[in-house]
Amino acid sequence: MARIEVDGIVFEAREGENLLQACLSQHLDLPYFCWHPSLGSVGACRQCAVIQYDDEEDERGRLVMACMTPVQEGARFSVDAPGAAGFRASVIEWLMENHPHDCPVCEEGGECHLQDMTVMSGHTTRRFHGRKKTWRNQDLGPFIGHEMNRCITCYRCTRFYHDYAGGKDLQAFGSRSRMYFGRTADGVLESEFAGNLVEVCPTGVFTDKPFSQSYSRKWDLGSAPSICPGCAVGCNISPGERFGRLKRIHNRYHGEVNGYFLCDRGRFGSHFVNAENRLRRCGVRVGDEEFQEIEGLEALAVLTDLAGGGNVVGIGSPRASIEDNFALMQLVGEDQFCAGFSSDEAVLNELIVDIYRSGAGRVPTPLEIENSDAVLVLGEDVLNSAPRLALSLRQSVRNESLRLAEGARIPLWQDAGVRGHAQGALSELFSLTVLPTGLDDIAAHVEHLPPEQIARHGHAIAQAVAGVGAEESASGRIAAALKSAKRPLIVSGTGCGDGEVMRAAAAVSSALRHAGSDPALLLTALEVNSLGATLLGGGLGLDEALKRLKNGAADNVIVLENDLYRRADPSLVDAALEASRRNGRVLVADLIETRTTANATHLIPVAAYAETLGTFVNLEGRAQRFYQVFEPRAPVTSAWQWLGEAGRAAGRNDMRWQHFDTVVETCASRPGLEALREVAPGADYRGAGGLRIPRETHRASGRTARNAHIDVHERKTPVDTESPFSFSMEGAQGGAVGSARSAVWAPGWNSNQSVFKFQDEVGGALIGGSSGIRLFEPAHGVPAPSYAMSQTSDEGEGFRLIPLHRIFGSDELSAMSPPVVERGGAAEVVLNRADAGRLGAREGDGIRCDLLSASAALRVDDAMAVGHAGLVVGETFGWLPRGRVVLSRDPDFRSSQELIARE
Amino acid sequence: MWSQLRTLWEVLKHTFSRIETVEYPDEMPYLAPRYRGRIVLTRDPDGDERCVACNLCSVVCPADCIALQKTTREDGRLFPEFFRINFSRCVMCGMCEEACPTYAIQLTPDFEMAEFNRANLVYEKEHLLIDGVGKYPEYSFWHVAGKAIEGKDKGEAINEAPPLDVRELLP
Repeated sequence: MARIEVDGIVFEAREGENLLQACLSQHLDLPYFCWHPSLGSVGACRQCAVIQYDDEEDERGRLVMACMTPVQEGARFSVDAPGAAGFRASVIEWLMENHPHDCPVCEEGGECHLQDMTVMSGHTTRRFHGRKKTWRNQDLGPFIGHEMNRCITCYRCTRFYHDYAGGKDLQAFGSRSRMYFGRTADGVLESEFAGNLVEVCPTGVFTDKPFSQSYSRKWDLGSAPSICPGCAVGCNISPGERFGRLKRIHNRYHGEVNGYFLCDRGRFGSHFVNAENRLRRCGVRVGDEEFQEIEGLEALAVLTDLAGGGNVVGIGSPRASIEDNFALMQLVGEDQFCAGFSSDEAVLNELIVDIYRSGAGRVPTPLEIENSDAVLVLGEDVLNSAPRLALSLRQSVRNESLRLAEGARIPLWQDAGVRGHAQGALSELFSLTVLPTGLDDIAAHVEHLPPEQIARHGHAIAQAVAGVGAEESASGRIAAALKSAKRPLIVSGTGCGDGEVMRAAAAVSSALRHAGSDPALLLTALEVNSLGATLLGGGLGLDEALKRLKNGAADNVIVLENDLYRRADPSLVDAALEASRRNGRVLVADLIETRTTANATHLIPVAAYAETLGTFVNLEGRAQRFYQVFEPRAPVTSAWQWLGEAGRAAGRNDMRWQHFDTVVETCASRPGLEALREVAPGADYRGAGGLRIPRETHRASGRTARNAHIDVHERKTPVDTESPFSFSMEGAQGGAVGSARSAVWAPGWNSNQSVFKFQDEVGGALIGGSSGIRLFEPAHGVPAPSYAMSQTSDEGEGFRLIPLHRIFGSDELSAMSPPVVERGGAAEVVLNRADAGRLGAREGDGIRCDLLSASAALRVDDAMAVGHAGLVVGETFGWLPRGRVVLSRDPDFRSSQELIARE
Repeated sequence: MWSQLRTLWEVLKHTFSRIETVEYPDEMPYLAPRYRGRIVLTRDPDGDERCVACNLCSVVCPADCIALQKTTREDGRLFPEFFRINFSRCVMCGMCEEACPTYAIQLTPDFEMAEFNRANLVYEKEHLLIDGVGKYPEYSFWHVAGKAIEGKDKGEAINEAPPLDVRELLP
């Protein structure tokens, strides 16, 4: 540590750290543009100029850029010296010369870093009277709007998009004052992380297009801490609400999970909350008639009726919170409850938990994997199944350049220097996947194999680590690289639907542990609460539950937030639901219309994630609380409230829940879930000054007018009995728990850049610690278990089906978000050229699977192994059979584009 | 005694002074154009809505009595989907007019808004929008802003240079 002095304030900073970061870590106000905590310094914008003095006697000093100046013991600086402040003001004045008069019509207005810095530098009056330069915009697709006139040429966009996220299609063009940031031609930004440009751009060049369609200023957005429901990573998000609609998703900083960035599924996939096909009313129907609306109390009576007896099956869901699932389990009894996975996936998720608990490897946090210097990806297309992880993996290969820079004594924050010195040198990432993935371009070794061969390859690597097998083979080379690495990482998961692949990953990891290294092992699950639902358990498998209904062993079924047609053989689901409709009741509690709700007898509308609170468990086993952002309109209510009410009405003593916290308390009594009560503060927590935390900002507007068209008398603000947040601007942000904060804002810092004010140090944990609790820690000190290859037979006619995941379309809820629908593609069947030829089909032809009674367009990819067919998971293909399946060319198939064209 | 006489004198003196009471409503008082009365939404010189739904009036309003929602029209112009002022809460302070970057919202010299039913004091956009430019006949925000709309391309706003050719390589 070094002691430095800034404007008379003496503080400790890390030796060699840049001064800008050191000042911001002290929460001092120092303007900047091109620097970003994750992108490092390039010294391009000249906005963070300060005066550096040589010694105690020096009064004149010299101008230096804080972001390019390393901290040294005893150094003296001044931010406020007239020389520095004047220089910064003139830099801003230059930047503003061509800036358009757009603030009133700009989506960034009110949370614009350029606005903040202009005000901070004191530039108020325009002196330049020349003509402003203008640029043409581009159409960048359904996610991102482009307004090039507003650009200040800080290069943050290309540095994030190209250097950090590996995107190829956004570049800096032109020369001198004609600089242009865009694509070579109009078109969709290809990167899956393009949405971060909205937050990375310090002004309004890149804006959130869906948000812009129904825009509200940042100060009008009500919010509460939330968790992205898009995948199992569990990124922290800040949903913004106004007039009862979810408007947008912004990143919420978490020092261990998502840092500063989200993927586009998370950012643009939440508009299903406002969708037209949301369930809004309770319904009942007889036979094949239309649903008739019924009162909430009537629906509750049906639910109560089902609560008592054993003649019911409850099916939960990995997209519902632990508490919702637990409430259903309590209501129907553990032996009648099924977690809602397909029977195959249930086994895979249990395998994740088993492997984690066995201590085969250390379970890293999603951001920690950025530090890995050798990575083995086994079978998982991470970019499509847990997208945010792919961004972290992309950073992990930079460790080689960081190592080289350290050797050459280049500070690691010197972004241009580090990249220039490394000349593209990358740490090793080995990728063994079914098809090419978005990480292949940074991989040292890529192989495309079917799952069973990936598993075999993985076991061979494990043996090579243990010293058995040829060193000359690919397995030997990978094993050697993993063994010599300081922080090796193995990534696998349930994505390719084969547990043997995960077992192979565990085998590699435990072999590395035997060899004395400390490997990290991360296994990805597919849905937001996959691990939560697995940990909760349940006595029934899905197939078993459906057979009970089909055979008449149980007459009634309660389905919670689950589309069974995506989880089990559709013919079995049909038979089960039909039998249950005939013999009893099919009560479906969901938030959106699905094929399952269409086959129900009773419908109950439940709240979406932004309308309720609960706990999700992410892929590292971290339980995280999400809070209610806004109240849904009655009768839409949280699932745990519906179920709790029914339990109480049925006279169940174990369900006398007054509040959410009592549900958590009861749920935490289950083995393995004890830590649940410490996940987040309860409803009695109060923030700074003993006050509630306001959902609305202190500048929220229109309080006396927004409901005046309904009733001119202002509605009493609802009291939130379930959480420490208030539904108004009353209260105070801050307090002991750093994550219990509905918005980041600090005086003078209206943009999301203000998050540094709430961090221990820039890029570190939030003050008060990172949120969420790991529900299990891997066993330490136990001998690493060994995982042997189990034998499978692979004979027979037809194709083995491999599930393929897509970032846009494979996740059930985000696939119903309009911008994602626009961005995502249609379902596909991927076959090898030889197989396609055998079926007599060409690219684009329909391929039919009779067993699933579904067809999709063919895509020929020679990376697909012969005898295997990849099916893109989504609306068309959900559940896939395990054995070999006959596929045929479908002469009647019409692609969705053809159908639209015909209409 | 003296005090009573002086009082009588003072009162009688008023017999000859000018009458200040105005026979409203038969006789209307003069109200200056800058008088802060009923709020209107004005139009551009080209006849289209001036309001771009920037929300500044709404946030500056001390009574929080303005609510609106932005939307975008096909020609690229931004305008409020709804614009609501609850006049039963309005204090006629005029801060909305000061905040408005487009001169859309203006206060007028009209105060005759009394209603028996409070709900009738909630004005929607159709009640607020007038057919003129109000106090600022010249100003058209869209011809100053850099954002292109139909009929005003990039580079056609006041004090703007034509769009740059990014492919030009001359120094």
